[in-house]
Amino acid sequence: MLTDAVVRTSTGRVVGQRHAHHDFIDKVKGTMLYAADHQPPGMLHGRVIRSTVPSARIVSIDLGAARDLPGVAAILVADDVPHNSLIVRASGGLGELAIEMPILASDRVRYTGEPIALVAAETQQIADHAAELVVITYDELTGVFDPLGAMEAESPLVHDEGNVLVNWHIARGDAQLGFARADVVVEGEYVTQLVEHAYLEPETGVAWIEDDVVTIRASTQVIEHAVEIARILGLPSNKVRVVAAYMGGGFGGKEDMTVEPFLALLAWSTRRPVRMIWDRQESLAASTKRHPMVMRYKTGATSDGRLTAQQVEIIGDAGAYPYLSARIVFAAAVVACGPYQIADVDVRSLAVFTNNVPTSAFRGFGAMQVTFAYESQMDRLAEALHLDPAELRRRNFLSKGDVIPTGETLQTVVAVGETLDRALARLGELPVPSAPHKVVGRGFACNMQPYGRTIWFRDQASAWLTLQADGSLLIRSGVTDLGAGQAASLCQIASEVLGVPLAMVSVYIGDTALTPPAGGTFATRQLYMSGNATLAAATDLRGRLDPVAAQLLGCAATDLDYVDGRVLAIGGGSLGPELGLSLAELVSECARRGVDTSILTVWHADVGTFDPVLGQGDTFPDYTYGTHATDVEVDTDTGEVKVLRYIAVHDVGRAINPMRVEGQIQGGAMQGIGYALTEEIVLDQGVNNSTLFTNYLIPNASDYPDIEAEVVESGEGRGPFGARGIGEPPIGPSAPALANAITNAIGARPTRLPMTPERVLGLIDTTRGKSWNHK
Amino acid sequence: MREINLVINGSDVQATVADRLLLSDFIRDDQRLTGTHVGCEHGYCGSCTVLLDGASVRSCLTLAVQTDGHVIETVESLAVGADLHPIQEAFRSNHGLQCGFCTPGLLMTTLELARENRDCSRDEIRERLAGNLCRCTGYHQIVDAVQAVLRTGLSR
Repeated sequence: MLTDAVVRTSTGRVVGQRHAHHDFIDKVKGTMLYAADHQPPGMLHGRVIRSTVPSARIVSIDLGAARDLPGVAAILVADDVPHNSLIVRASGGLGELAIEMPILASDRVRYTGEPIALVAAETQQIADHAAELVVITYDELTGVFDPLGAMEAESPLVHDEGNVLVNWHIARGDAQLGFARADVVVEGEYVTQLVEHAYLEPETGVAWIEDDVVTIRASTQVIEHAVEIARILGLPSNKVRVVAAYMGGGFGGKEDMTVEPFLALLAWSTRRPVRMIWDRQESLAASTKRHPMVMRYKTGATSDGRLTAQQVEIIGDAGAYPYLSARIVFAAAVVACGPYQIADVDVRSLAVFTNNVPTSAFRGFGAMQVTFAYESQMDRLAEALHLDPAELRRRNFLSKGDVIPTGETLQTVVAVGETLDRALARLGELPVPSAPHKVVGRGFACNMQPYGRTIWFRDQASAWLTLQADGSLLIRSGVTDLGAGQAASLCQIASEVLGVPLAMVSVYIGDTALTPPAGGTFATRQLYMSGNATLAAATDLRGRLDPVAAQLLGCAATDLDYVDGRVLAIGGGSLGPELGLSLAELVSECARRGVDTSILTVWHADVGTFDPVLGQGDTFPDYTYGTHATDVEVDTDTGEVKVLRYIAVHDVGRAINPMRVEGQIQGGAMQGIGYALTEEIVLDQGVNNSTLFTNYLIPNASDYPDIEAEVVESGEGRGPFGARGIGEPPIGPSAPALANAITNAIGARPTRLPMTPERVLGLIDTTRGKSWNHK
Repeated sequence: MREINLVINGSDVQATVADRLLLSDFIRDDQRLTGTHVGCEHGYCGSCTVLLDGASVRSCLTLAVQTDGHVIETVESLAVGADLHPIQEAFRSNHGLQCGFCTPGLLMTTLELARENRDCSRDEIRERLAGNLCRCTGYHQIVDAVQAVLRTGLSR
């Protein structure tokens, strides 16, 4: 029988413990070599020359003065790129347009910041100077900067193939019938903004030629781009190697290629090492962003608070090129109804081209924006039904075994109700306002976020474990580490199974030449994928070790315990010494018997198919659920929102490292708070007006209070030891929790992000019968 | 070009530098002390924070020539061999970092605060750290780490 009861799991010896990451030593000493820190002798400095207009034909590119500048080693334009075309089919070709993206624009530019030329020079100053000397003449074209406008028949075309990249439809039941059954219907339109990842380490890397192989050591989430880079260079795949440095943050922004093809082209052409660092202005101006979305929701419920129907239309701004937009608006569609059981659902989700900077992956991956919409709708519905908003949600939460709008049955426990109860219990009493012109309010929001890649991609990851002669362990994995402990998790998992002390475990990651493929760090997939691969490899290795150890100790293989570098017979073996065997002794005996203690294991995720016409099929392996709850105080004179308390609770199935899980929750929630209240890339006709941290405002330490993180361990998840992914989930609930709290405080609902003082003051004014335009 | 004489992490350094050379580039590229990170180049994020005569400065807003006759401390001055400085150990054991890119700047800001030798509330700590952006942690565990080191002090 399927049940949502939370099963408590015991704490492991290593898994479940609060170990510091192995990489923290180098990180606190300042000896970690990030991508920009590796400086080979003879290194050149690269720079991208970018479009200064959003839509134009390129009339001419004059490189003369730049080429004459002493110290310039190379200037490359489109004609110098062997294969100047990239076609990203993010959904695997399920109905999106196939659009070519040039590596360097040749005759046409489609957004401000589009790469046109590359320069490499002896110093960064010379490279920057040369970039300024390149004269590009444009014939400007009318651009389109609003996805709604881009869908009009008379809109200029960003690409000849059309402005709508993809138009997904997910439908289940009959929404019209569902609305006919409803006693109450609420409608709302929600608008979210363009935002930036703002990892502290900008896009950067170094490339060099070694044994005629182009080697790129970069800050990247995906080393597998090596194949695309080889194609761009016109080389066989074995001639390009990508090494991932430990990243200074990624958040999805280093999932697509950034500096890699440019570095490869410059190094290949000069045959010298080249470093490229996008400065902060360049990163804010030209790197991919989160999709702004317009989301129109219509939700119906019976008078006793049962949801009957939901109709959703999502329009996402893809910017000028596809990148991963097709898959992102797909994810938005899949979870558009949130963690609620609704029989009759109709969801449309579009990605539309504009002449804005391209949008792509960013923690939350489409599932974040819709949380703002569906959780605002739930509060609106509660108000219309005169129901407590928590009670309304409890009556509609999904359960294990329920069917979601894609037609899939949920396979694991849904503990969202426990996250809600814990979050509200922890808040206690609502505080009183600190001044007469201030008001307080409480809000909360629940969410569901996929973990693991869309399953029609037949995902797999591998891990290579070697138990060495002295009993130490090597783990090799193609995983890349964004800083969230992707590599450290693998160490804890292997240590748990094999009993190798953490200090005797080393992990080597992220190298297309030397580590087995793990498939990139994105989609909250690495604990699920590489964690399972490592667990499978460790278990396979135990399968080789156990018979040898059992024979030596005189016990059944099932009575073996691997702990602290030793193998023991539980209850004592008939032959072996009291203290069992050291792992070194066991490896030595394995060697004598020809038992190999090195093992490569490939772990395969579920596979499935999706029918884009029916809007039904297999989508994600599983979901992570949570609730954030917050108390705010709003200054009715200024519209300023002060966050008084902030609680974030997620069911992670099983915490491999509780300290790391809390860190993910706290950091994700804080990034979500920035999204809710201050962050916005302001574009004016495609020109970015937010290219400094002085006007793109990410949270600092004094802006907000502690994030009080709480971890629910339901014991059920599809990762190792029942873990669920937690990388992306905590970013989702912040904006709707704060929107609901602000609404509770001021009596008017924000529907546009970010909820700046100006906008909140405008809403307060509407409640006072005043109205003026706060844009 | 100018000649400068300064002390970096306890060692006398003599160098000839371009007038326009930033202290951050001087430290990272000329001195090869890459523990100091550059995150924004406009004095906002604090990743490049070093101590100049004991006071925190943005090395991306400081010219190398301005340090002539002065004392610079970078993150590399903290650990002695394998022995972590108490501030480093507090950040490590309290999970006061994730990607670690902002960490050296935060450690130097914390060192300046810790030398004042007084306990601080979490709110006071947050005020003092407000010039060092972190995008990973949400600051909670960083404040835990700083609070821990202010309580135990800097003696090894």
